[in-house]
Amino acid sequence: MSHGSGSTRSISVDGLARVEGEGSLKVEVHDGHVTDVALEIFEPPRYFEALLVGRHFTEAPDITARICGICPVAYQMSACAAMEDACAVTVDERINRLRRLLYCGEWIQSHTLHIYLLHAPDFLGYADAVELAEHDRAAVERGLQIKRIGNLIMETVGGRAVHPVNVRVGGFYRAPDAESIASLAEPLRRARDAALATVDWVAGFDFPDVSGDYRFVALRDVGRYAVEGGRPSSSDGLDMSPAQLAGLIVEEHVVRSTALHARLSGRDPYLTGPLARYGLNGSSLTPLAADAASRAGLGPVCTNPFRSIVVRAVELVFACEEALSLVESYTPPDPPAAVVTPRAATGTGATEAPRGLLLHQYEIDASGTIQRARIVPPTSQNQLTIEADLRLVVQNALDLSDDELQWRCEQAVRNHDPCISCAAHFLDITVVSS
Amino acid sequence: MSNHNELPTLAVWKFASCDGCQLSLLDCEDELLTLAGVVRISHFTEMSRATTAGPYDVSLVEGSITTPADVHRIQEVREASRRLITIGACATAGGIQGLRNFAASGAYAATVYAHPEYIASLDTSTPISAHVDVDFELHGCPIDRHQLLEVITASLSGRRPVIPGHSVCQECKARGTVCLLVSQKTACLGPVTRTGCGALCPAVGRGCFGCFGPADTANTSSLAATLRHQGTPAIELSHLFRTFNACAPAFLEESVSQGGPVPVTRGRPPTPTSGEEGR
Repeated sequence: MSHGSGSTRSISVDGLARVEGEGSLKVEVHDGHVTDVALEIFEPPRYFEALLVGRHFTEAPDITARICGICPVAYQMSACAAMEDACAVTVDERINRLRRLLYCGEWIQSHTLHIYLLHAPDFLGYADAVELAEHDRAAVERGLQIKRIGNLIMETVGGRAVHPVNVRVGGFYRAPDAESIASLAEPLRRARDAALATVDWVAGFDFPDVSGDYRFVALRDVGRYAVEGGRPSSSDGLDMSPAQLAGLIVEEHVVRSTALHARLSGRDPYLTGPLARYGLNGSSLTPLAADAASRAGLGPVCTNPFRSIVVRAVELVFACEEALSLVESYTPPDPPAAVVTPRAATGTGATEAPRGLLLHQYEIDASGTIQRARIVPPTSQNQLTIEADLRLVVQNALDLSDDELQWRCEQAVRNHDPCISCAAHFLDITVVSS
Repeated sequence: MSNHNELPTLAVWKFASCDGCQLSLLDCEDELLTLAGVVRISHFTEMSRATTAGPYDVSLVEGSITTPADVHRIQEVREASRRLITIGACATAGGIQGLRNFAASGAYAATVYAHPEYIASLDTSTPISAHVDVDFELHGCPIDRHQLLEVITASLSGRRPVIPGHSVCQECKARGTVCLLVSQKTACLGPVTRTGCGALCPAVGRGCFGCFGPADTANTSSLAATLRHQGTPAIELSHLFRTFNACAPAFLEESVSQGGPVPVTRGRPPTPTSGEEGR
């Protein structure tokens, strides 16, 4: 929708599509300068941190999975990590590897969904993937093929693609047998090749020339690209435990949002997700993924948010390659889960959800009853940076027509694959210029 | 292919939910492009920035009603839809967020938010059927995508969807899964939970935890008595019935019988009456 009256220019959109959740956006421009940007989140609150209180600690993975149907494994993994931290349990490496395989399945599913169905149509000028398929059916079919294989991993390891059932605090209910895991190898080779083709495809898109001044925060893991665990680290030198990060994150409740805005105490906003992970951990990528990144022209750090689609495609290659390696070296963990005995303690867990760092912290009593829950999803952490991005993008695109500027703003939000269902669907964009 | 504008129209709507049930539509990787050739997807915000005005032949509604604005929005969706189908535990039973119905007014908002006054949220989470007439309810947390395709296909061809209402327990027998309730004394909701998942949990050695809600003829009190007899504590039993389908009547009554708190607001909330079109 567009209204013009004298020197005031106003653009609004009733519904930013192709994101997960409901929100709105407002940009104000005065005398050629962006003066205010607000990403508003209207997603109805579901009060997970309240409804978890009084529940048994073993219920947290299944209950918190219901925060997000796109990244349920991330919720399950962060919940398990936090509860195991509280109970001072370390799981066996074979359980960790099976978790990493399940998590790779979610990265493959979620990244492919975002690249092909949510983000690529922006670069090609289509409303959606169905319209894209009318012009390039092979591309969309390639995406759906990769996505199917991500879901297949989640079904094989987790029992189900949305809200897997096989995850428990301590590990898994049952370790998949060697044959069923081995059957994933061939589909994963196809997915890996299709992921490489994806990098080449998205690297050829036109990208607006924008560079963000980002402060990256991501987990770092020794010798590997962090997924299911690691130490929170930042591009300005922080290196700490998940519990220390939890102590540093200050969440503010602002009037325009049902998500809480996260900052690090005394510091500027920060960014988690693919750009942060690539910038901090790029040297730990698997060989084919590292080659694909350099072939796509990505330097060691990518600060153009529009090129996040390329980084996501590189991570897609990584997830396929890593999953294949885990499949080829699979030995069923026996037992499939560590025994976890509750004790009165507070535990913190952090893992890398497809869209960024996901922190859980629980206080439980000696019987294992949850006394307090705190969940910091990636989108709350990224919200202030997304607003800063919008400011930058609009400032550099004031020559665009109202319709083009509106679409550019939507695209700028989608660059960060926000999961608004997680953070507290539908974004309203209002650009007011005078 | 027929002219695109003559195709039946499909709309997908979201209320309070996790997006997982509408994602199930995008998870139909083998059928999505075929489906897009036989229906016109006229409103599906998660997938497209293009929307066309109603009326819509079929609306799929995900999520529960938890805000004053959504009490009104669901009326508009109903008026714009010839057939309205609710998908998932949030839309059919109020979802996990329905646990607020058992808490004191405002207690949940005060736990999560520094400024509860900024939040326009109801004290209850209610299913869509508490607000408007619903033509078909598809259960599950999440729904099963094959069942979703059956419901869409049936709705487009004007027949009733073939969705079984029997229990997970029967599904285990069909799969040949050894009964955990009998052999391991595992607390399992399989005897009272609607089938649809394929009896996934018992197959990995865990008791059913009720994702699909009560089966058509669920004898919850008999199961509860058995579980109590086997040593499941009352609080655990109450929690077992009180997850994603906590407010589905059969599960709600049983959780209260087991000593769980009663809902603060019981029954159908006062809502404006919906229009008469499209029934």
